Amino acid sequence: MKQGVDLGFKLAILTIACLIFLAITASWIAPHDPEKAQPQLRLKNPSYEYPLGTDHLGRCIFSRIVFGIRVSLFIGLAVVLFSALLGMAMGLTAGYFGGLVDEAIMRVVDAFISFPSIFLALAVIGFLGSGIVNLMLSLILVDWTGYARLVRSSVLDLKGKEFLEAAISLGASDLYIMSRHILPNILPSLLVMATLSVGYVILGAASLSFLGLGVQPPTPEWGAMMNDARPFLRTHPLMMIFPGIAITTVVLAFNLLGEGIRVRLDPKSRAEGRYDFDR
Amino acid sequence: MLSFLFRRLVLLLPVLLMISIISFSLFYLSPGDPAEVLLTGPQGPPDPKAVEEFRAREGFNDPAHVLFIRWLYKVAQGDLGYSYTSGGKVSDAILDSFLPTLRLSLISLIISLLISIPLGILSAVRKGSAIDGLGLSLSLLGVSVPNFWLAYLLIILFALKLDILPVAGYGNGGDIEHLILPALTLGISAAAVTGRMMRTSMLEVMGQDYIVAARARGLPERSVVLKHALRNALLPVVTMVGLNFTYLLNGSAVVETVFAWPGIGSLMTRSIYSRDYPVILGCMLFLSLLTISLNLLIDICYRYCNPRLMHETGS
Repeated sequence: MKQGVDLGFKLAILTIACLIFLAITASWIAPHDPEKAQPQLRLKNPSYEYPLGTDHLGRCIFSRIVFGIRVSLFIGLAVVLFSALLGMAMGLTAGYFGGLVDEAIMRVVDAFISFPSIFLALAVIGFLGSGIVNLMLSLILVDWTGYARLVRSSVLDLKGKEFLEAAISLGASDLYIMSRHILPNILPSLLVMATLSVGYVILGAASLSFLGLGVQPPTPEWGAMMNDARPFLRTHPLMMIFPGIAITTVVLAFNLLGEGIRVRLDPKSRAEGRYDFDR
Repeated sequence: MLSFLFRRLVLLLPVLLMISIISFSLFYLSPGDPAEVLLTGPQGPPDPKAVEEFRAREGFNDPAHVLFIRWLYKVAQGDLGYSYTSGGKVSDAILDSFLPTLRLSLISLIISLLISIPLGILSAVRKGSAIDGLGLSLSLLGVSVPNFWLAYLLIILFALKLDILPVAGYGNGGDIEHLILPALTLGISAAAVTGRMMRTSMLEVMGQDYIVAARARGLPERSVVLKHALRNALLPVVTMVGLNFTYLLNGSAVVETVFAWPGIGSLMTRSIYSRDYPVILGCMLFLSLLTISLNLLIDICYRYCNPRLMHETGS
């Protein structure tokens, strides 16, 4: 089993490296402009000129998928970064100061997790409007609670440890203790959780874009591309199949990476099985 | 048990308040004017004077906290307001759409348990074998596949190529033909998560002393696994059912739209497209209440099934 995780980990690193390379070099790799509509070339089957065919507006599907990597990776990484920072700040504050502060923060967290995650994201977009900024905001609001809970419980575990008591009795400031003593101890499990989240955030973003509520056309995004493919499912199923393969590959790669990091860094991680996002 | 229940219920109050604050804030922050939306008809944008009059009459001009308290008072009485688009009661729309969702979720739940429990047991018993590896890979793949894409793969295979099931729709009150594909989609995605939990739980139990003791007494492996281990390993399944249910609810948001299943997911997306704010707000409150009650129910069941916890007051 160990070997399986190991192989998966290496494959995941390779895949993600390739994806990052493709995202950076998209304008050189993609044979066509991903947003250029050519009505005379609509719904073409794969050919030498258009490796994955063209969509209903005559746009090159391959180019759109390659450029889509940029959008998905950007959303995935940025959302995870912001929600991890927010969750960490909240969790640290709650766990470290305890008492009323802790109660207040944790009740807010409880309220957030009582909404089924995708419905919370939908509601945020429903009220504030669609588009990439609100999409990311909605995903951050869904994602941050996991980090807050993880960090808080880790801080509570650390609180009784001798090295913290030593630091306190030496008169170290709260900020110093948090940044120098607590943070380095919780970083590994935070990293595992963050890596595992990237895939789920990308899935969530694709779901919302698929519903027409996330990234707006003509920006190439995989979920939105699948939404475009819906009317042509009977005649051109490939238009639906290719973007799905792309999403699955990316999400799988991040999940494998997260698993691999956990096995290496944090064998008893609490991060496992946290997700019920769609998820 | 009673004191436990009481504690839990009291602890829920601040959470409920937070939920309503979050929901109402989103509603309040939404761009656009509800008065304008309500008065916009087929004749085009409304007369600004009429809008102003309407706002004054309905009390939309009051400050946010007054609006909030007035709204909360109504909600506490079960009044979720009226839909902008249909004009009907929001609570009726939610209850009407919840039944199909419940139907779909229950069938998906059964499918997911039928897949995940045997697979989880098999993986745990044959830990490290090819079957375990396959199970883990499948579950990893299962959580990585977008469920709406899986839905379309199933549609392409069963509805378009083999032509044995309908593509979408509710059919005659949600008959079995129309139910199979959406339930299969949700069931498979949920099984990917719970299969893994089942494996972990089973592995944990298999390492316990009483399993060693059962083996030492010379019991056949079959009876050790099925009688001694499984019973204890199934305990977390109670929690699993709850987790599964929220997972299914989450999945239903998109999958119901794909299959044109008239459930709460479809209601939510439809209301977002038509900016029907009261319905969105109502769905949010309803679903969070549902999740909270479900979690409470599961906690109670869990304590009931696990006598070791019965005597603790719980925290």
